[in-house]
Amino acid sequence: MKRFYGTELPNPLMLGTAQYPSPAILEQAFCESGAGVATVSLRRESGAGQTFWKMIQELGVLILPNTAGCHTVKEAVTTAQMAREVFDTKWIKLELIGHTDSLQPDVFQLVEAARVLTDEGFQVFPYTTDDLIVGERLLAAGCEVLMPWGAPIGSGRGLNNAYALRAMRAEFPDVPLVIDAGIGLPSHAAQAMELGYDAVLLNTAVARAGDPVLMAKAMMQAIQAGQLAHQADPIEARDMAEASTPVIGKAFLS
Amino acid sequence: MTVWSVIGAGVAGLAVASELAARGATVQVFDPGGPPGPHGCSWWAGGMLAPWCEFENAEEPVLRLGQQALGWWAARTKVDRLGTLVVANARDLPDLRRFARRTHGFQEVVTDDIAQLEPDLHGFGKGLFFTDEAHLDPRRALHDLYHTLKKQGVVFHKVPAPEALDNVIDCRGLHARESLTDLRGVKGEMLVIRCPEITLTRPVRLLHPRMPLYIVPRGDGVYMLGATMIESEDSDRITARSMLELLSAAYALNPGFGEAEVLEIGVDLRPAFPDNLPRIRRRGGRIYANGLYRHGYLLAPALAQGVADLALENKHSEMVDEDRA
Repeated sequence: MKRFYGTELPNPLMLGTAQYPSPAILEQAFCESGAGVATVSLRRESGAGQTFWKMIQELGVLILPNTAGCHTVKEAVTTAQMAREVFDTKWIKLELIGHTDSLQPDVFQLVEAARVLTDEGFQVFPYTTDDLIVGERLLAAGCEVLMPWGAPIGSGRGLNNAYALRAMRAEFPDVPLVIDAGIGLPSHAAQAMELGYDAVLLNTAVARAGDPVLMAKAMMQAIQAGQLAHQADPIEARDMAEASTPVIGKAFLS
Repeated sequence: MTVWSVIGAGVAGLAVASELAARGATVQVFDPGGPPGPHGCSWWAGGMLAPWCEFENAEEPVLRLGQQALGWWAARTKVDRLGTLVVANARDLPDLRRFARRTHGFQEVVTDDIAQLEPDLHGFGKGLFFTDEAHLDPRRALHDLYHTLKKQGVVFHKVPAPEALDNVIDCRGLHARESLTDLRGVKGEMLVIRCPEITLTRPVRLLHPRMPLYIVPRGDGVYMLGATMIESEDSDRITARSMLELLSAAYALNPGFGEAEVLEIGVDLRPAFPDNLPRIRRRGGRIYANGLYRHGYLLAPALAQGVADLALENKHSEMVDEDRA
């Protein structure tokens, strides 16, 4: 598995921490799925005396703070600085929202913020689209990980453009790539891993499921299945049947 | 004769005192804040008795124990049993389907039914009508409990409880967190607005991807608009974002709310345990009753009954958790 800024993830599931029915269920979802990374929003859940943040730190997993809800470079940089203090990590998931309805990233500001944060010593995980050129610019700005969307945040639509995501994988064979956002079902997560992605980041699909703990386990199993399938070099799809046993020489025309 | 000392005159403390008194116990209440008022978080509640709706995002005890609350409150204060109407904007219809899948006790309603139930709601093609739910005015409910208890001879002390008391029931909410270390605060923000030109008769919930937004009629054109749920323990002020979201919810229900006057802005912290369910804990001579979270009025009756069972009959209800501390 590829390393993320020198760190090897215990497994490819990054799980968000928002919107669970209770912190107890959140904790159970982590324990029973074994997810290795927790993303945390600083902007939505901000303020002094954070029992909730302490609970997340006590999960004993890697923490990836995010800048969810930020709309400008300045906001994102300030939030990242705060995250570094609170969680004592250089990691930051950089999210810069450009569009209110689709929550599309503003890729222009994203590249700029990535450069500023990299210069300040942050290790940036940018939430981006599947645009190759933006990906190149982010790498040039100092990012060593790319996190393209599958579909808009919370939409649960899966991989809207598998073609573009496949092209991105081919274009950046050595860069750790994470599908971030849009996953609704385990089959979507498996598909991301089958495409050769290195990890999947999701939140709503688990937190808002009727049974978040079960769904977290299902996601982990699907991600592991997809990862194994990719390593196993799957067959190519074809139009006609291909018999698995030879038919020549047998009395098949009877 | 045993005298039970209840600490805290919020919804938890007053419900406990009321239940104990109803069972013939002698009770006194300590609260340095005095009678119920803006210093307690139950002052800022919605007052919805909505166990069927709450079940959408809560565990089974909320549904079951919450149903007991309707009768308990009706015997003590004015309760309006007009049901709850749940609607969603057209773009959020998947949320309405999800809500319907997770709950029961509703009728599906369409444009004409909605117009009949609430003529001032426009533009909603589909909704869910939870027929058996109710709402009350939390301030009136607190006031009624307080005055009934006083009439029954319960003494209210406007001072902190002395250290050396026995038979104490600690209902201090988040103030008890130095003893209950797994208690946390969950920030809630709400507004009280006045808009006499719009008439809504029952609580209306507008589904929203991040928070359960609702508007509760208080009578005379006054509405309570709530409530955010933020994992933050900063209770100083409302944020502009929360205010925008609350007001745009009202505006989405009826653009006439744009003309409303903002009467009050409420911000407080709900006391909650990690599973967001209330607990009763006994330590020596003290019983802690806490963690009502966003279900103050819905679960205070069950909490009070559990406390009375434990205090008077040594019966362990399901809310009693064995104290490992």
